[in-house]
Amino acid sequence: MVRDVAFGQYFPGNSLMHKLDPRAKLLCFVAFIVVIFFTFNYASLGVVAAFTVFALISAGISPKFYFKSLKVILFVVIITSLLNLFYGSGEPIWEWWILKLTWNGIHRAVFVSVRIVCLILLSSCLTFTTSPTELTDAIERLMKPLKVIRFPVHEVAMMMSLALRFVPTLLEETDKIMQAQRARGADMDSGNFIKRAKALVPILIPLFVSAFRRAYDIATAMECRCYRGGTGRTRMKTLHMGARDIVSFVVTAMIIGGVIVCNILLTSVL
Amino acid sequence: MSFIQIENVFFSYDSEDEGQPVRNAVDGVTLSIEKGEFVTVIGHNGCGKSTLAKHLNAMLLPDSGKVYVDGDDTSDEEKTWDIREKVGLVLQNPDNQLVASIVEEDVAFGPENLGIAPAEIRERVDKALKAVGMYEYRHHAPYKLSGGQKQRIAIAGILAIQPQCIVLDEPTAMLDPNGREEVMSTLLRLNREMGITVVLITHYMDEAVPADRVVVMDSGKVLTQGTPEEVFSQVELLKKHRLDVPQAAELAFRLKGRGLDIPAIPLSVEECAKMLGEVLQ
Amino acid sequence: MSHILELRNLSFIYGKGTPFEKKAVDDVSLTIEKGEFIGIIGHTGSGKSTLVQMLNGLITPSEGQVLLDGKDIWSEPKKIRDIRFRVGMVFQYPEYQLFEETVYKDIAFGPQNRGLTGDELDKAVRKAAEFTGLRPDMLDKSPFDLSGGEKRRAAIAGVIAMEPEVLILDEPTAGLDPMGREILFSQIVNYHKEKGNTVLLVSHSMEDIARVADRILVMNHSHLAMLDTTKAIFARGDELETMGLKVPQITKIMQVLKAKGVDVPDGILTVDEALEVLSSLLKKEGKLW
Repeated sequence: MVRDVAFGQYFPGNSLMHKLDPRAKLLCFVAFIVVIFFTFNYASLGVVAAFTVFALISAGISPKFYFKSLKVILFVVIITSLLNLFYGSGEPIWEWWILKLTWNGIHRAVFVSVRIVCLILLSSCLTFTTSPTELTDAIERLMKPLKVIRFPVHEVAMMMSLALRFVPTLLEETDKIMQAQRARGADMDSGNFIKRAKALVPILIPLFVSAFRRAYDIATAMECRCYRGGTGRTRMKTLHMGARDIVSFVVTAMIIGGVIVCNILLTSVL
Repeated sequence: MSFIQIENVFFSYDSEDEGQPVRNAVDGVTLSIEKGEFVTVIGHNGCGKSTLAKHLNAMLLPDSGKVYVDGDDTSDEEKTWDIREKVGLVLQNPDNQLVASIVEEDVAFGPENLGIAPAEIRERVDKALKAVGMYEYRHHAPYKLSGGQKQRIAIAGILAIQPQCIVLDEPTAMLDPNGREEVMSTLLRLNREMGITVVLITHYMDEAVPADRVVVMDSGKVLTQGTPEEVFSQVELLKKHRLDVPQAAELAFRLKGRGLDIPAIPLSVEECAKMLGEVLQ
Repeated sequence: MSHILELRNLSFIYGKGTPFEKKAVDDVSLTIEKGEFIGIIGHTGSGKSTLVQMLNGLITPSEGQVLLDGKDIWSEPKKIRDIRFRVGMVFQYPEYQLFEETVYKDIAFGPQNRGLTGDELDKAVRKAAEFTGLRPDMLDKSPFDLSGGEKRRAAIAGVIAMEPEVLILDEPTAGLDPMGREILFSQIVNYHKEKGNTVLLVSHSMEDIARVADRILVMNHSHLAMLDTTKAIFARGDELETMGLKVPQITKIMQVLKAKGVDVPDGILTVDEALEVLSSLLKKEGKLW
């Protein structure tokens, strides 16, 4: 069922990863994601993979949740690596029908799958150890300079956190509506594309109606709780950059440096 | 002056220019609520009770008439936020009033809006969560909790603003019997132990039984009010307006009608059984 | 009599084969006769919702069988949609499923899926609207312009219009006010009387169940705890209490009286019954004439 998806969940804890300032976590995460796609040889890929493992260990969350996140995208990993495997350039080492296996293809497949897996593991690690409020708080603070050009920083952050809050609620609701329409004989599992698209109408309309109703309620509830925009608002959990955040920047910088050095010294295998 | 004073309030959602007769959702209500009282307002859907509730914290303003909260006129825009700090409103659907993905962060939302210092917010949040018995769940995600638990979190979210009065608009309508009991006992505790004024709007008659005062509304007007004993002894009036009466009261009332000498109408199982036991032994 | 529904060792396990495995329904066997009105009670999470969703094939049992009119509903998995027309299911807060432009079209959605057309369809829609007390002029309105109670009734009409042999209602009166509850309830009772169909009603309101059910099915911790006549079930108030369930207030009053040594029978279900019993007792004692 849709509700069982682990990705995007938050598990409270006290690990090193939990204690990092969400701004530091977010910045390092973004930097790292970029680095992942600049690995062109096995040494740099190894550095990236090793750091990913280190990050997961320092989060102290049971591996089974990471497996759950991976399971969701397993299909994507297999398809993309298969595509890469048989569509590499260079001398074929094995050929059958339209399939052509090359060393280049094998390298590509390995890189693509390791990159995707690292990406998913790290983003899971980020959401597992950072509550949505912390995350949107971090985004709000990091985007603060944009206020100069009249960008509604607080409003965007508030919308994001409300959206994150209501994802599980709306997923559950979708489930319920689907069951109810199935009980009325709606056929969602057969027919061609157009027929299937049409079958979505009895689900989407009630879902939108309900989302609007909820939005109206939430607005009322927020006003009842004295919400009047971002000005004058304080936060219960304040953000502090500490020594460990500095260390995390240094580590990230070293990894970026390491990957760059590897790329300069060693030749690309792709 | 009473803590909340409602003086001859009229309110309509319709606009006059549509050519249709204007139907008043609240049709001339005068009512006062004292500090520390537990008042239950009962009536059918569309009787105006929810509309009235939104007048108590300036979410709606009367078309005519006045509402005073602690002496302040709700139509005075400068007082709006003071009034919402004094009178908190809890809504029917618990899902739609929780705004954060973690319980404690949700409860912090109100005090954060008031611009309170972080350490004090933390203190208020912990206190509010303990008051509703949900402190152990402070790190949980709201969507995984039961309806009764969610509604208690919503109450904690209002408590953290430290209001003097909590108004609840059908907080138990979507809950199962256990959830209803959790919410009711929480409200009674807040009222009896913390002295918070409670205005509970409901259509479950049994939730009116433990109140200090019951107000019955019908088509925008106050039909009758008084102590639960006074109100529920008017079984005929309530039945005429198709409102429920606790079965204990109905039984006693009908026995009385057959000529049995009953001193007072019982409202609970225990009272009723005790009374009948005494008569029959 | 013939069994309309028969459950054989029915079980359902959530998340089978994962660390989150949970048995929601555990080895339930029972039979329901044609035309019965069955009340289903149990605290939240007792498995009653999962159980009823297996009866029309919305959930596939992990083990065991559901027999409708003597035939396993999963004997031809491709035809499971037909079962859903024969066993109609009204979910909690069914008004959230309304989606068409008019009430008429929305009620017609189910019967159309079943293959009804023309006069037949029109008759089914109008008959269902009548059962649920929707005035003919309401049929042309948008379902979103109806009042809360009317929306609920329109949604229920949408299931009744499929003309199911078994109608399952999951807390049909949740969230309605006393008058709305009363109206909807008498409509369900009328429908049952007139159609003679089997009705399964899931409810938290013991007072409501006591008034209408022939038999009561009690679910507790995924197991079938009891299945007996309404009187017999409510006579076991103490056992129900250990499952977090209550008996109607009037039943409880009579039980407490009995415990005090007053000679009253078990399983009194309505105020009327209690009134008669007590009146004759009081007359005997000379306190009433």
